[in-house]
Amino acid sequence: MLFDEYNPLKGEMLQIMDQEGKIVNDKLEPKIDKETLLKMYKTMVLGRTADEKALQFQRQGRMLTYAPNIGQEAAQVGPMAALKDQDWLVLAFREFNAMLYKGVTLEQAFLYWYGNERGSRYDDEVRVLPINVPIGSQINHATGVAYASKLKELDEVAIVFIGDGGTSHGEFHEGMNFAATYDLPMITIIQNNQYAISTPRHKVIKAKTLAQKAIAYGISGIQVDGNDPLAMYLAVKTARERAIKGYGPTLIEAVTYRIGPHTTSDNPKLYREDTEVEEWLKKDPIKRMKNYLIGKKLWSEEKDVELHEELKQLVLDTFKHVEETGEVELNEVFDYTYEKLTPNLEEQLNYYKEYLKAEGIKDGN
Amino acid sequence: MATKTILQSINEALDQMMEQDPSVVVYGEDVGFEGGVFRTTAGLQKKYGEKRVFDTPISEAAIVGSAVGMSINGMKPIVEMQFSGFSLPAYNQIVTHVARFRNRSRGKYHLPLVIRMPYGGGVKALEHHSESLETLYAHIPGLKLVIPSTPYDAKGLLIAAINDPDPVIFMEPKRIYRAFKQEVPDEIYEVPIGKARMVKKGKDLTIIAWGALVREVEKALELKPEIDAEVIDLRTISPIDFETIIASVKKTGRVLIVHEAVKSFGPAAELIAIINEKAFVYLEAAPRRLTGFDITVPLPKGEPYFIITPEQIAYEMQKLVDFKA
Repeated sequence: MLFDEYNPLKGEMLQIMDQEGKIVNDKLEPKIDKETLLKMYKTMVLGRTADEKALQFQRQGRMLTYAPNIGQEAAQVGPMAALKDQDWLVLAFREFNAMLYKGVTLEQAFLYWYGNERGSRYDDEVRVLPINVPIGSQINHATGVAYASKLKELDEVAIVFIGDGGTSHGEFHEGMNFAATYDLPMITIIQNNQYAISTPRHKVIKAKTLAQKAIAYGISGIQVDGNDPLAMYLAVKTARERAIKGYGPTLIEAVTYRIGPHTTSDNPKLYREDTEVEEWLKKDPIKRMKNYLIGKKLWSEEKDVELHEELKQLVLDTFKHVEETGEVELNEVFDYTYEKLTPNLEEQLNYYKEYLKAEGIKDGN
Repeated sequence: MATKTILQSINEALDQMMEQDPSVVVYGEDVGFEGGVFRTTAGLQKKYGEKRVFDTPISEAAIVGSAVGMSINGMKPIVEMQFSGFSLPAYNQIVTHVARFRNRSRGKYHLPLVIRMPYGGGVKALEHHSESLETLYAHIPGLKLVIPSTPYDAKGLLIAAINDPDPVIFMEPKRIYRAFKQEVPDEIYEVPIGKARMVKKGKDLTIIAWGALVREVEKALELKPEIDAEVIDLRTISPIDFETIIASVKKTGRVLIVHEAVKSFGPAAELIAIINEKAFVYLEAAPRRLTGFDITVPLPKGEPYFIITPEQIAYEMQKLVDFKA
C-alpha cells in the first residue's frame, strides 16, 4: 500500500516528478488521460494569471484584501483531478485553483473578493462549500458531509483543505478524531506553505512532519511534494479508493511554499529572506507541469504563449464584468439571515427604506 | 392521549420525527447507548441503530461543526450539548457558521438543524451546570432560540424546530424535566415558533416569563389572589413575538419580566427596550425586571440566594401595582 511506503515519522516524502518536471519515480507515474492533464495545467495557469491580476486590482483599490495562491497550484489541482464530480470540496480560503477546477467560476470567485456574498453562491450542482475564514473550523464541516455520505452509502467523499497554521487549532484535533472514529470518507489536505501569516511553521509546531499527526488518530498519513501535481494526484486517488472501501480518512501533508504574501495586507519581506523565496521559485509547480506535458508531446511553447494571452484577456474581461455588475441591493442584505424575514427584520428594513425616502436618498449603498 | 412529563414529550418528539423522516439523526455525548445524562434520548439507539443515534467524543465543536456538514449534505441533525454551560466550545461553530451559512452562501445552503441543551439552575449541580445563557444565542442574527415550559409545548416546539428551515437553539428547563405531567397528544403536532403563549388573561399587570419560571409565576399568582395579572410565556426568545407583548402592555400599563439569566444585558433589557419603543405612552409604571444577579451561579449552598422564588415574584407584583406616578 502506497501509504505504508512513506513513513511520515522519518520525513519520507512522495515525489513523482523532479523540480524540472522529469519523472523520477517511473512505477508510480499515474495514468491520467490527456484531457484531464490539460485541464489540470490550464486551471493552474488560469489560477496564477488571475492571482497576479488580483494583486494589481487590490493595489488599485478595486478589490478587498486578497489572499494569493501563487506557488500552491499543484497542491490544489492535483487533488481535484483525482476526485469525482459528486465529491465535496470543503475550503479554507487559499484554494482558488481547487475551486476553479471543481466548477466555481472565475466571476464568482472575483465577486467574492470584490465584496459581494453572491460570489459564494456557486452553481447548484457544484459541490463546493463557501470560503471559510475562521481558521480550522471547516474541518468539522467536512466530517459532517462525509458522515452523511457514508450513512447514505454513496460513492462520494469530502476533501477538506487546511493550512499548516490551521493544524494548531483545537478544531483540527476534534475533526480528525471525529472522522477517524467513524471511518469517515474524508481526505484532509494540509497545505503546508511554511508560514502562518508571519510565523514560520517550525517555530510553532514541534512535530517533525504534519503528516505524522495521522498516527495519533489511528489513520493513514503521508507527506507529499505539494508542488508535484502527479504526486498530489496519486495520494488523493489512493486516499479516495480507501475511503470508499471503508478504510476511513487520510491525512495528506502537501509540502509547498507561499510565494506571495499571506494577504495583500501582509509584507513578507519583514520576516523572510529573498533567497528563501528564490529557492522555492525553482520548484515552481507550473513550470514542472508544463515541462511534463511538453515531454509527453501534449503541449508546446506556442500553445503556451497563446494560452497565457487568452487567459489574461479572460481575467481582465471577467473582472471588468464583476465591477459593472457586482453591486448589492438593499433587500439582499436582509433576505438571507432567515428563510423569511422575522418581524424584527421586517421592521428594521422598513425603517431604513423610510429613512432613505424621507431624506431623498436614492441608493443607500 | 396520555399525560407526559417534559422529558417524555421530548423523547417522544425525537422518536416520532426519526420514525417519520430517515434524514433525522440524533447525536452527542452519551446520547446513544445510555440515552443521555437526563435520558431524553433513551431507547432511540436501540430503535434506530448506531448510525442514526450515536455517542460522540467529548468534542462540542465537532458535534456542532459536523451538524453543519450533515445539513449541507441532506440530513437533519439534532445534536445535544450535555449542559448549556458546556456549549461554549461549540460557540465558535454556532456563531461563525450555524448562524451564517444561509447568508454566506446567499441561500444555496441552509441548516435545518437543532441544537438541544438543558439549561438553568435549581438542581443542586456543580459549577457550569446551572447557567441561563439566552443572551449569548438570542444576540446572534440567524439563530432562533426556543424554550418550552410545559410538556405540550416541549413536544410541539421541538417538532416545529426540527421542521424549521433555520437553525434552532432549543433550551430545555432541566429543573422541570420531570416536575409535572400534562395531557400531550400522541400524534405529531407543531407549536409555532415565534408565538408567545397567553398563560392567563388579566388586567392589573403583565408578567413575562419562560422556561422553569413560568411555573414559579403561576405559584406567585396564588400568593396574590387580589392581583389580576396577565401572564405571557414567551416560548421563543428569538425572534420575539412583540405583538402579543405590546398588546398586553397597552392593556395593563404595567410589566414585570422574570428570568433566571443574569440581569445586565439580559433578555429583559431587550424586552423593556421594545416596550419603551412601542408602548411608552401606555405605561403607568416603570417596567420592572426580576432576574438572576450579575454573579456566577453559586454552588448549591449559596444557590438559594440566586434562585427566584414565588414569594419574590409576588413581592415584585405588589410593588408594581402599588406604583403611582
